[in-house]
Amino acid sequence: MNITQILFWILSGAAVISAIMVVVSRNPIHSILWLIVVFFCISGHYILLNAQFLAIVNLIVYAGAIMVLFLFVIMLMNPNKTNAQQKSLWKKLVGVIAGGCFLLTWIPLIKQAPEIHNKVALLKDGNIGLIGNLGKVLFSDYLVPFEITSVLFLSAMVGAVVIGKKE
Amino acid sequence: MQALTTRAKQVQRKPLSWVERIYLWNIFKGMLITFSHIFKKQPTIHYPEQKRTFSPVFRGLHVLNRDEEGRERCTACGLCAVACPAEAITMEAAERMQGEEHLYREEKYAAKYEINMLRCIFCGLCEEACPKDAIYLSETFTPSDFTRESFIYGKENLLIPDPVKQPEAFAKARGLN
Amino acid sequence: MTILAFDWILLLEKFILIVVVIFGSLGIALYSTFAERKVAGILQDRPGPNRAGPFGLFQPFADGLKLIMKEEIIPTNSSKFLFVLGPILAMTAALMTSAVIPWGSKVHLFGRDISLQIADVNIGILYIFGVVSMGVYGIMIGGWASNNKFSLMAALRGASQAISYELAMGLSLIALLMLTGSLSLKTIVEQQMAPGHWWNIVYQPVGFLIFIICAFAECNRTPFDLPEAENELNFGYHQEYSSMKLGFYLFSEYVNMFISSVVMACLFFGGYDIPFVNEAALSPNTAATLGVLALLIKSFIFIFIFMWVRWTIPRFRYDQLMNLGWKTLVPLALINMLVTGAVILWRMGA
Repeated sequence: MNITQILFWILSGAAVISAIMVVVSRNPIHSILWLIVVFFCISGHYILLNAQFLAIVNLIVYAGAIMVLFLFVIMLMNPNKTNAQQKSLWKKLVGVIAGGCFLLTWIPLIKQAPEIHNKVALLKDGNIGLIGNLGKVLFSDYLVPFEITSVLFLSAMVGAVVIGKKE
Repeated sequence: MQALTTRAKQVQRKPLSWVERIYLWNIFKGMLITFSHIFKKQPTIHYPEQKRTFSPVFRGLHVLNRDEEGRERCTACGLCAVACPAEAITMEAAERMQGEEHLYREEKYAAKYEINMLRCIFCGLCEEACPKDAIYLSETFTPSDFTRESFIYGKENLLIPDPVKQPEAFAKARGLN
Repeated sequence: MTILAFDWILLLEKFILIVVVIFGSLGIALYSTFAERKVAGILQDRPGPNRAGPFGLFQPFADGLKLIMKEEIIPTNSSKFLFVLGPILAMTAALMTSAVIPWGSKVHLFGRDISLQIADVNIGILYIFGVVSMGVYGIMIGGWASNNKFSLMAALRGASQAISYELAMGLSLIALLMLTGSLSLKTIVEQQMAPGHWWNIVYQPVGFLIFIICAFAECNRTPFDLPEAENELNFGYHQEYSSMKLGFYLFSEYVNMFISSVVMACLFFGGYDIPFVNEAALSPNTAATLGVLALLIKSFIFIFIFMWVRWTIPRFRYDQLMNLGWKTLVPLALINMLVTGAVILWRMGA
């Protein structure tokens, strides 16, 4: 067990624990802060995979911008504990069943997937996440999905502007 | 409309030109103005080391005067207290006893004479009201202090030193040395 | 013990470098507070603080002592853990950025070549961006945990301002990165040092202009100091803070200012490049020392500009701020990017 593996286990444990805390926290602000911790752990994993660019972009975009917007919305709505609606028991039950079904479909899927079957994560020596390689792959092999994603973002932006201009 | 002064300037409300709208040039001009102030002479007076000379009509801390033999001039007539718009002056009168002629000039004197420096507005009306030339406003500030009580100045704070017994201190108090 | 198979001497030298850099930037931030007041004074025809020690040089220590001696107040209705976490985050984020800055080339000591950079990662400039975007949490968490309307409004202002200007800043940098072809600050500096190559400001004046405006906004400095607008928001997000927690917030602003000055010097003004001197002709240790000095002098000039602007330009209104960010700087940065790309392509074709 070398230092990379120790780091891997620490990061994984931290990621799982804080992900659970996201769900369990009563205060939505605390949930978001735990989610930020999750993103940090995932960025740590990216660094272990030698994908420094992905790691830092994950931090900038998700932890740095999107989570700030989440915080924004929740701070402005300011949901107090008093006016949080009590969910009825059967609603909770339905939620548990739905979530369980989702999990059940995912576990065999992941188990059978040939891409990850019998494979160990490349630690420290993959170089797909470096900025040059990533750019080349994105603009050659995956050019069409990449451009379609950008169109999707554009339409989302236009939609936001339309909603904002309505009044 | 007729302008009240020659310095009045008509406000221009025309839309900003292109140069004005990108702000950069105007910001640059403003920065140059502040930069030029680096080389200007500073008008600061470094107070404890340097002091500004007071004007001859400056009204500072009160002084209770003595005559040339060193007797207190105040006769506790109370005109200063009446004149005082801030009601800062209180006094108690007492009769001069036998053998006290070298201390008090008049037959009646102020046994207690207090000025509350926190109330006083240093208008100088007490000085004008005094028929005996007993109270004067000097050219010193009220020093700062920590308690309110210490700003009620009694006779011991206000009286000028005896010109006969303590000529040096008297000269210093008059600022003549 | 294969786990601990490190190059211990390398670790030691990095540790010393980290300590020096952190305390160095703290010291410079300390004296920036003093310089700020001095500059403010001089620009306003007065001497500025001059009582504590010769020329008032001990003033920052007096200020620090005063802050430490103040009562630590944690409001009853605040969220206590987050209230304490806020200033910690702000300070940590401010200090962490210094890790990828190349303070100089190599020094040759005890038979080793010691690089004057804590970590030469190949995404250096993005790392700075990432850490700066973390700094927003210090403001947001502090403002929210105070349980105070003004603090919350200031925190929201601060965060939205930071996100908006990060965008324009990133776009202005992309044009520069297209020229350099590298994200590592060390490579960028060394390219500018190469003979026949001028400083990047010559190639990217518009990019620099956008970058410096965004740097002002990111550091919450006037004219973009809306999060701490005293007369609108009662001092902003750190209104409820007292003692050294307040000191951390105020101080992290100055650390940020110093770091962003250094980053600007590295990106656009040649970093530790000494103008008109060929460093290769000097002995490596002299060159490194002079290089560090050159970098510091460049960043001090930027710090002065930060202060000079603060005491000249009044604060923007909030809609003006957003208009400037989204409707002026972002399109300008995009145009700059397009033009740079076109010129690069044209020169490759020629």
